[in-house]
Amino acid sequence: MIPVEYYFVLSALLFFIGVFGFVTRRNLIAMLISVELVLNAVDINFAAVNRLLYPQGMEGMFMTLFVIGVAAAESAVAIAIIINVYRNFKSDSVDSIKNMKW
Amino acid sequence: MFCILAVVIIGSALLCVTTTRIMRAATFMLFVLFGVAGIYFLLDYTYLGAAQISVYAGGVTMIYIFAIQLVSKRTLQGLNEKIKTGRFIRGGLAALVALVVVCLIILKTSFLTIAPDNTELSMEAVGKALVGAGKYEYVLPFEFISLFLLACIIGGLVVARKEEKQS
Repeated sequence: MIPVEYYFVLSALLFFIGVFGFVTRRNLIAMLISVELVLNAVDINFAAVNRLLYPQGMEGMFMTLFVIGVAAAESAVAIAIIINVYRNFKSDSVDSIKNMKW
Repeated sequence: MFCILAVVIIGSALLCVTTTRIMRAATFMLFVLFGVAGIYFLLDYTYLGAAQISVYAGGVTMIYIFAIQLVSKRTLQGLNEKIKTGRFIRGGLAALVALVVVCLIILKTSFLTIAPDNTELSMEAVGKALVGAGKYEYVLPFEFISLFLLACIIGGLVVARKEEKQS
């Protein structure tokens, strides 16, 4: 049986790889992909805590399920915004958005 | 099995954030998503793994690829962003320090692990808890999620639609 710490370390690694990508990349879609990595790290944590520390409940599993749903909706809206930004600024980099007012 | 999955996830994630071509980043994200689904299967959450594959790997990745095709012709042809070295080092340092702190906290804490009985969480239990209205049952968040998805569909359409020229 794999100790629960291994899952936690794996998810911490994935989380901070996502944070690193979010800080360094300047392409809007690349930043969004990094956010997806962070969300997946959190999902691993929820599932591992639920399974290995509190196996009689189902809270972590449902939290993960709802996070997957929210993440799908969030990425769809973010992609819509990015396409609109590209249409207005002709660029997909965050540096091109100097002000939010158009 | 866990080690293979961990290596796949971490390697793909690293390649995903360091590659400069955006299409490759999306492909490596797909590998990460499959690895996370494998972790769920390893934890005997079969339903969760199936949901991860169908929603993330099937739906979200498709959205990303469509968006990349729509947005960045230049990026696909290899004219891509340059990551500045200074920002790379600063971001890497910040992430590394935070990672070390979090890992130290995790490894110093002792967790009371309960050995799971290696049985899959039955689909009947999942379904009853998902649409039941009693204690520890989740019909209210389920309905909220459906409303939220509807709002996101409408919001996405409103944001992405072409403005009509007013003459």
